[in-house]
Amino acid sequence: MDLAIDANELVKTYPPDVRALDELSLSVQAGTIFGLLGPNGAGKSTTVRILTTLSQPDSGSARVAGIDFLADPVGARRAIGVVGQKHGSDPEATGRENLVLQGEFHGIAGAQLRERVADSLERLGLADAADRQAKTYSGGMQRRLDVAMGLLHRPQVLFLDEPTTGLDPEARAAMWQEIERLAGEEQMTILLTTHYLEEADRLASQLAIVDRGRIVVEGSPAQLKSDLHGDTIQIELADAQDATARAALDRVSDLTDVTLDGRTLRGHTRDGGAAIPAVLAALDAHGVKVAAVTLARPSLDDVYLQHAGRTFHRADTAHEEVTA
Amino acid sequence: MTPLRQTWQVSLRGIRTLMRQPAYLGITLAQPIIWLLLFGALFKAIARIPGFHGGSYINFLTPGIVVMLAISSAGWTGMGFIDDINRGVMDRMLVSPVWRGALNAGSVIYATITIVIQTTVIVLLAWALGADYKGGIGGVLILVLLAGLLGAAFASLSNGLAVLARQRETLIGAVTAVILPLTFLSSALMQQSLEPSWIRTVAKFNPVNWAVEAGRSAAMQTINWGLIGSRFGLLAALAALCAVFATRAFASYQRSL
Repeated sequence: MDLAIDANELVKTYPPDVRALDELSLSVQAGTIFGLLGPNGAGKSTTVRILTTLSQPDSGSARVAGIDFLADPVGARRAIGVVGQKHGSDPEATGRENLVLQGEFHGIAGAQLRERVADSLERLGLADAADRQAKTYSGGMQRRLDVAMGLLHRPQVLFLDEPTTGLDPEARAAMWQEIERLAGEEQMTILLTTHYLEEADRLASQLAIVDRGRIVVEGSPAQLKSDLHGDTIQIELADAQDATARAALDRVSDLTDVTLDGRTLRGHTRDGGAAIPAVLAALDAHGVKVAAVTLARPSLDDVYLQHAGRTFHRADTAHEEVTA
Repeated sequence: MTPLRQTWQVSLRGIRTLMRQPAYLGITLAQPIIWLLLFGALFKAIARIPGFHGGSYINFLTPGIVVMLAISSAGWTGMGFIDDINRGVMDRMLVSPVWRGALNAGSVIYATITIVIQTTVIVLLAWALGADYKGGIGGVLILVLLAGLLGAAFASLSNGLAVLARQRETLIGAVTAVILPLTFLSSALMQQSLEPSWIRTVAKFNPVNWAVEAGRSAAMQTINWGLIGSRFGLLAALAALCAVFATRAFASYQRSL
């Protein structure tokens, strides 16, 4: 199969000594949705900035849609569509004016441009709002306009950088449908970055987890989860607990990766059915009251924990603390 | 063809925004109107200084105010790109295959159109206040054109600085630091022969003075084609140089990402 994106050992450092990308390599099959998953600051956006020719790597190489983007950035720009994290539309201009300008930037003009603009406004449900200034749009409408602008020149590879961040659940569901349609009907290659595990799980056929500028694991969501072999036990405690509850579980065999987050205890086991009685007995022996117990198949959160050595939530907050 | 189309589309973006908020033009006109009235009244007696031969002071002052308006108006052009950078519009434009020169040129054309409208208003106001345009409509057109050309150069400078610095404060600082010294180091407000000799020397290299001298000759005095032609050439070369600087600033911005 053809590779739509083939990146090798990309390195990007920012002064004074932040290594945003640390020899990151990835390959994306044509016609698939590839999810780049990671907490804030993991290097997702840097990867997108480099692969879309906005920024240059310190070293490494990449081909996007078969074009070496360092040797021929203009050629690469013709082949790609980008929907950035921020709105790329001009708030003072109408939806239609934004699309026309975008088309002209890609060398489309005249009747062909007018037709395409009308088509894409129609398809993304913006026809009624086409001649209103973009600043009057709701968050979901703005996002749809961003997508329409990224698609206008019919790119071979579409980059979506956190496409649903900040959207309400309804707008998010609509965006997911549109992304699935593009990959299905239009056979477009899509590279999607997200820090929602749920989003990656639902949309991506292939997934790479990024942490600290490197890809720590890669595979299909199902594959990654099944590689974990086993179940996650989640216990809701009746009262907030100190280390006692955790310590109690240290003695339970076949229970690993135990974490305590507020009143939630989580652990990983090969056989949930056998482990639950032992876990409950251990907690009871230490006088810890249990409110609820659930047994779950591993989630991507567990995959993340397994490979990045910390929970996703913790990695996200850690970054916020550093950057704040 | 495509680069020209793209340039025009970028200009249209600015023109449309201006047409939606025409009040903006009025706000930017307030300052030069105040200069014209205030300086005109304050320095009226200059016309009586022995050796001054510009006729009435308003006659002398008008080309100076026109040029001062052009550079101060052009100085703010880069604000548009700073907004674009903050909103993500810049990054979206830069990942498209658009010719980078079009992004600057389009913005400069829009800025120059604004300057032409603004200077025309000031020229008419000065006329109502008693300015006597000896050069006729043709002379006034040359004055407006020279101011526009100088404005185009400053608009490019402003764009380039905005893309490199990315901060409003830097641009505001640069514009306020530059306008008054450049105006005072020219013959905008005072006749050259009455200025200290060091200012006369500096003024020779001051683009503001090129536009003021040639514009004054065209609109207010007997037309001196040699002076107008040479200053026009110098200003055109400066505008081209500044456009190259602003266009290159985009690559520098991308390297810093």
